[in-house]
Amino acid sequence: MPYTMTISPDFKPDLISGWYIFNTWLQKKIDEKIHIEMVNDFKELASAIDKGSIDLIYANPCDIAKLVREKSFTPIAKPVGTHDEAVIIIKQDSTISEIESLPGNVKIAMTDVPNVNTIGLIMLEPADITPADVETITCSNYITVAKEVIRGKADIGFLLADAFDEFSSLVKKQVKPLITSKIHVLHHALLASPGFADKQKKLQDALITIQNDATGADILKNLEFQSWEAMDNDEAEFLIDLIDTLSTN
Amino acid sequence: MQDMTPQDLASDDFQESVLTFHDGTKRTVLATEIETKFPDGCLIVSQTDLDGVIKHVNKSFVTMSGFTEDELIGQPHYILRHPDMPPAAFAGLWETVQKKEKWHGYVKNLRKDGGYYWVYATVIPNVRNGEIVSYTSVRRKPSANKVAECMKLYPTLF
Ligand SMILES: Cc1cc2nc3c(=O)[nH]c(=O)nc-3n(C[C@H](O)[C@H](O)[C@H](O)COP(=O)(O)O)c2cc1C
Repeated sequence: MPYTMTISPDFKPDLISGWYIFNTWLQKKIDEKIHIEMVNDFKELASAIDKGSIDLIYANPCDIAKLVREKSFTPIAKPVGTHDEAVIIIKQDSTISEIESLPGNVKIAMTDVPNVNTIGLIMLEPADITPADVETITCSNYITVAKEVIRGKADIGFLLADAFDEFSSLVKKQVKPLITSKIHVLHHALLASPGFADKQKKLQDALITIQNDATGADILKNLEFQSWEAMDNDEAEFLIDLIDTLSTN
Repeated sequence: MQDMTPQDLASDDFQESVLTFHDGTKRTVLATEIETKFPDGCLIVSQTDLDGVIKHVNKSFVTMSGFTEDELIGQPHYILRHPDMPPAAFAGLWETVQKKEKWHGYVKNLRKDGGYYWVYATVIPNVRNGEIVSYTSVRRKPSANKVAECMKLYPTLF
């Protein structure tokens, strides 16, 4: 039976082929069969985690707590050169240039990406806008968030900052960032299940030396990181504590 | 902890006070009226041990405080205590988190250069196997209305 790897559904859509190429490289490098199983949203991901059907996961920081605490996953590596930041977007022609000018009962388009929504709501606090005041429209992906804002169905939208950067110039002509988070310490991580325990070391070694490999550098480029860095339990614990603090209201 | 000296400051116009901290340490602090505005979107993060000694800070913490990361790690968090903050506010913080509850509050912090910045802070105890092992705090830009209320309230709490 091959092992199953999944990628948190909040990755940028254009990186999907990058993950398949990465997996081809990884299987050869560590001489194990790994099958990628993509999930469509966080609900599907949660049920896959609960069923115990995942061996390797590139996880969103909000899922790391459950994976480590409840499912005994081990952190293996984190990407270097990329952080999880959130951006609040507004229509390009809006006269609003600061969150303090938003209406109190603001309508927000958002996906189900938990950390993006948490940080988005935190960024509205200085304007005395609380979760109780807002109306939300849940969208299946980032581009739909932008569309809801462009159509005027939502006043603002919450996005992963990297996803906004990737939008086409056509979309960027119609929406603009109102505020972008600067937290710098939130990131995704690759974790392995207890079933993968005896292969963790070889997996970690392969990842942290990927750039030494002729094709490795290209693979990293396709994933848009500089490199992988080993990640230990202490760092995972810090991320878990931080997410706990951010989610506290 | 070192006393502040006029050489540290960004202005000659300052108020001198001597603060006494919970562990008996005394420090002379010099406070100016120069406010550093909280940059939009910045989130300041720190983690401390059980005594409030700083173990981890993020880049926004370093920038806003005016210290370097090396100057902060290993120091008690009271390195940021501003003389305008009533001790009762921090007593409430510690009482709350030691009960394993989260704390929220508006805090005026002192910069290395004597200036100040207001934050809205959340502090939570990190509990493992029923025991508190550390504390984590996230601070963000406070609402201007709430800061105005605190500026009226805090002087009455001394
Ligand atoms: C995680 C954490 C974050 C804290 N952040 C601040 C802060 O930003 N500014 C501050 O003056 N005190 C902060 N404190 C409280 C200080 O530890 C300290 O209680 C306070 O500065 C008053 O000093 P004293 O208790 O020694 O009198 C924090 C405490 C913890 C546990």
